[in-house]
Amino acid sequence: MLISITSTTPDATDLGYLLHKHPDRVRSVDVGFGKAHVFYPEATPDRCTATLLVEVDPISLSRRRKGSQTQSLEPYVNDRPYAASSMLSVALGRLFGSAMAGSCEARPELVDTALDLEIEVPVVAATGGEEVLRRLFEPLGYEVGCSALVLDDQFPDWGDSRYLAVHLSGSVPIQSALQHLFVLLPVLDGRKHYWVGPDEIDKLLRRGGDWLRSHPDHEFITRRYLRFGGLAREALARLSDGIDDSDRVDEAQDVAEAEVERPLSLNEQRTLAVLAAVERAGGGRVADLGCGEGRLLQRLLDQSFVSALLGIDVSIGALERAERRLRLGQMSERRRDKLELAQGALTYADDRLVGVDVATVVEVIEHIDPERLDVFARVLFGRSAPATVIVTTPNSEYNVHFERLTPSRLRHGDHRFEWTRSEFQNWAVEVSEQYGYSADFLAIGPDDPETGPPTQMVVFRRAEMAL
Amino acid sequence: MSGSRRTIEVPEVGLIVLCGASGSGKSTFARAHFAETEVVSSDRCRALVGDDENDQSVTAQAFSLLHDIVDKRLELGRMTVVDATNVKAEDRRPLVELARKWDVLASVVVLDLPVDVCMQRNSQREDRTTPEHAIRRQHKVLRRTARRLRKERFSRVHTFASVAEVEAAEVVRTRLWTDRRDDVGPFDIIGDVHGCSAELVRLLGELGYDTTTTPIAHPDGRRVVFLGDLVDRGPGVAEVLDVAMSMVQAGTALCILGNHENKLGRALAGRNVQVSHGLGESLAQLEVRTPEYRDQVAGFIDGLVSHYLLDGGRLVVAHAGLPERYHGRASGRVRSIALYGDTDGETDEYGLPVRYPWADDYRGKAAVVYGHTPVPTAGWLNNTICLDTGAVFGGEMTALRWPERELVSVPAEREYYEPLRPLVEETAASRPPLLLDVADVLGKHYVETGLAGRLTIEAERSSAALEVMSRFATDPRWLVHLPPTMAPVATSKRPDYLEHPDEAFGYFAKAGVVDVVCEEKHMGSRAVLIFARTPDAAHERFGISNDAAGVIVTRTGRPFFADDTITAKLLDRFRRAVDVAGLWGNLSTDWLVVDAELLPWSAKAAALLQRQYAATGAAAGSMLDAAGITLANAAQRGVDVGDIRARTEARTGHVASYVDAYRRYCWATDGAEGIEIAPFQILAAEGEVLARRAHRWHLDTVDSLIEHDSALLRRTERRHVCLTDETQVAEAIEWWEASTAAGAEGMVVKPAETIVEGAKGLVLPGVKCRGREYLRIIYGPEYLEPANLDRLRERSLGRKASLARREFALGIEALDRFVAREHLFRTHECVFGVLALESEPVDPRL
Repeated sequence: MLISITSTTPDATDLGYLLHKHPDRVRSVDVGFGKAHVFYPEATPDRCTATLLVEVDPISLSRRRKGSQTQSLEPYVNDRPYAASSMLSVALGRLFGSAMAGSCEARPELVDTALDLEIEVPVVAATGGEEVLRRLFEPLGYEVGCSALVLDDQFPDWGDSRYLAVHLSGSVPIQSALQHLFVLLPVLDGRKHYWVGPDEIDKLLRRGGDWLRSHPDHEFITRRYLRFGGLAREALARLSDGIDDSDRVDEAQDVAEAEVERPLSLNEQRTLAVLAAVERAGGGRVADLGCGEGRLLQRLLDQSFVSALLGIDVSIGALERAERRLRLGQMSERRRDKLELAQGALTYADDRLVGVDVATVVEVIEHIDPERLDVFARVLFGRSAPATVIVTTPNSEYNVHFERLTPSRLRHGDHRFEWTRSEFQNWAVEVSEQYGYSADFLAIGPDDPETGPPTQMVVFRRAEMAL
Repeated sequence: MSGSRRTIEVPEVGLIVLCGASGSGKSTFARAHFAETEVVSSDRCRALVGDDENDQSVTAQAFSLLHDIVDKRLELGRMTVVDATNVKAEDRRPLVELARKWDVLASVVVLDLPVDVCMQRNSQREDRTTPEHAIRRQHKVLRRTARRLRKERFSRVHTFASVAEVEAAEVVRTRLWTDRRDDVGPFDIIGDVHGCSAELVRLLGELGYDTTTTPIAHPDGRRVVFLGDLVDRGPGVAEVLDVAMSMVQAGTALCILGNHENKLGRALAGRNVQVSHGLGESLAQLEVRTPEYRDQVAGFIDGLVSHYLLDGGRLVVAHAGLPERYHGRASGRVRSIALYGDTDGETDEYGLPVRYPWADDYRGKAAVVYGHTPVPTAGWLNNTICLDTGAVFGGEMTALRWPERELVSVPAEREYYEPLRPLVEETAASRPPLLLDVADVLGKHYVETGLAGRLTIEAERSSAALEVMSRFATDPRWLVHLPPTMAPVATSKRPDYLEHPDEAFGYFAKAGVVDVVCEEKHMGSRAVLIFARTPDAAHERFGISNDAAGVIVTRTGRPFFADDTITAKLLDRFRRAVDVAGLWGNLSTDWLVVDAELLPWSAKAAALLQRQYAATGAAAGSMLDAAGITLANAAQRGVDVGDIRARTEARTGHVASYVDAYRRYCWATDGAEGIEIAPFQILAAEGEVLARRAHRWHLDTVDSLIEHDSALLRRTERRHVCLTDETQVAEAIEWWEASTAAGAEGMVVKPAETIVEGAKGLVLPGVKCRGREYLRIIYGPEYLEPANLDRLRERSLGRKASLARREFALGIEALDRFVAREHLFRTHECVFGVLALESEPVDPRL
């Protein structure tokens, strides 16, 4: 990691006093994850540059220290030794701590003096790119220049990396400049700070002081700092096989889908339609398959026509979130006995589903590979055979109304398909004939004369029930 | 009372309810005749839940426990004796219900001793006494209800009325009629005959029986098993009965009851039955015989049982088939299902009953051979087979040789009876999909493997694997194998190396392996190709198909390509090479499972490469260049930065080498264009797990494919090395050094014989030995700096090696089971196990 700070305010070599580092010497300290050095490549009355070089020990980042409880380790192949991050802040704090605190016995009058500074950081990992860089530094009075580093010039189609070479210039007291860098470099980087304990975060925020409080992006800065935890789902990550499923697993996708559909508050309309259908079916023992975080469960739980409720999802993470959302721990025993959450998959037969009266499968089938729908149908209709099955799925014809959705895109990264009304109806009719059910179709959301509604629903009734 | 023994017979698998007042000697009786664990005592249950055998306040809980124990024991088919007073019908009812639930016979033993005896014994007890009035009441209630015990559906009632009788008692355990496990055959099992006497005699002739004698017999002592439905519809009912009855009587045949015999038996007994479905033919043909003959037939039918367990329990025969839970059980329900199948009264468009497709879900270890439902051809499904090939409808009469599992059939001379519904060939595509059950995989599980014994899959691992399997992996019907992880060699002691062939050779030599093969390790991504010759063949064998008639999956079972057309193109080309090389014929197969490396690395790992590998290179390069310049300027000013500068220059060099290293494994591809496949093992084909063959066979066979598409298929360079030959070893090391210095990833060293079981268990199927330059991609650009390398040497390989061994055993087990055509879940639990083990935390760089 590397940062150079240049003063062009004569006498420029005063920088040495301010930084408490002599321009002709090298000052080296051990910073835990490596060695940090300060030296001056240039030191004239017109122009004086102090460079901070951190030689990060790459092995120390990747190997567990004895007795360490940390589960997450950095991979050996890692940008951390090279790109500016919270580690650079730690080094800044170690080497320029006095300057940052505003002490300068040799030249006390310089502490509050704005100097003409140029700051070079050759490699910054910039999450959010140039836009975020400018949002962070421009309000503080810096002129911001940057250029993106290409990933690999031998593979031009790979494009640019997420690293920027950053050049800042402005007239700022050195104490403020150091504080800005100290706080904002990790924010720009946006990664978790494994090597910075929570108490140091407090320190960092204190360092931010007044300028942070008046920064227009104050909230954004604080939020990025508080990105801690999230060690869960590690077992899953180990199975990721180098393929980035994160766009599938990520809740952000759900949020994105909700964003796409938001103008209609479709979710609420869907929930009401499903609740009404469950009530019409007579309720009883209800299972919500693919219950996710339990939004529908929460509503079903309140209905008197639901005598027992089973939420099944394949994702342990989703079930844990559902448990929190539903406050299972604080629930009365009577209410708690009504509800069961369990891991299960829709393509595996499941005895827990035998004896269920109504099964709801809300916005779930589109997450199943089309070639496995025959198994899904046999598991649910053939094996469990609830009296009523309620299925909803997006109507792809309606997608033209979603401004945020480019044509031929699906509403969610994990959707394996989105069906037109006739595709959905063909499937439902085939299933109903095969397993002895009737099928009634309902529209959810505004039923456009051209494209139909945004969500389509079918209510299957087992044949003898339909009599 | 006489002093002779009083013998009572109790079925070996069954429930025995002891019944008598306190002091009647139930516990003594139980102790005298049954093992301690066979007796479930209410007093004992009181003690277990409430610490006191006499505590009447815990009666409800104690009986709840007692019923649970009885429930579990009967589920397992264990002899179970209930020691409680059981004097009231309502006490006995739940016990009888449990016996019915698990289809076992319930007997009752009544100790109806004089009340004085009970009271006297009671008063002598030291630990407790029951009030006299209670004993009197118990005695009275017992007397009142004992007469109706038969009505309570006890199959046997044994009553002892005196102390002497009890003392003279002898309990004999009897086997059920259906239990012939000690009869090991060999058998020739014959499907529905329906009065086709000519075809029966011809079939027996085909099977090698001497049909000129009566009774018909086999020169080698083989015996026939008739699957029932000998009678009705056909022209030779009496002749068929002659053959069967004489053979059964002579012991050259066994026969089980079919629904048609059952109805004929009732008709012969003078019951009012509807004469339909060919019963008229039987009655007419028997009418011309003597009344004695008809009595004989009735007696024969009366002696037939619903099903047999044969050959150590490996074979079950039942006319209409039988789900596993009814094997060797006895109840009206078992009989009905064995005779008619599992029907719920529904009928199809031809008026025939709709049967629950029990064979689709059959998972038992015993093969079930049955008839009843005519099918065009006999074929195995989940270890079950229907032998009724509709002889009377003009089809064939079929026999199964057991244990050879060979089918023998003869065509019918003509159609004797018009079929009620047309015989339609059931295609694989028209069958409902086989189901896996979440209980097969969730929670803590054990998988028996041939190579590594019983392996444990922890619940939390299963949980993670379920999510991946059901959301991201390819359909389990395709996924008959997942490759194991591979352990690296032990860490090298040489100063400049982390891994070196020395340790690989050393490992195998120590394990007693003499011949090894060193295979070039291609730097791409592991890929398993599972494909059939045609989509129909895929449907037939895998129960699923697609346009590509196969799949290409990653090591975690995910489809390799999001775009199915790429998979289809690659498999088409591979298939063509197999066609031209004549491999389908050579291996007598129409499907293959192939283990391979798919290149380039960038084809699958593009995102990873860009996000991590190229990104690190870009950041490192720019930062070190800038550092170099600023250090040079400082040095020019006379600042003493010499050491820092030297280190920075060295780091710059490392980063350049690192960038070179990953670049070698990247090239542009366009769809299927530019993709290369390096197969190194042909894992399985019909009838054989080829993974057991020597590596030389695999490599040679793959070479014969490569000739036919060298643009797609890449050769794996190899050296066969005899570890006792120092020259060969030295040459192999030289080869490794030269190729890795030129940028190759490294090599995998494997025992030439592929699977080797050493003194300490399974020898690792391979160890990888990666090149110095390549390892920069794994351990970071600067790993070769001595200070770094020294620390990296501390790595523990034990866990990785153990995982590799277990995953390998599971992968082979999966193929063994698939090739043996076991139920889908049996293959799946192994593949699922590999995935579950892969979620164990282990150093990812190994």
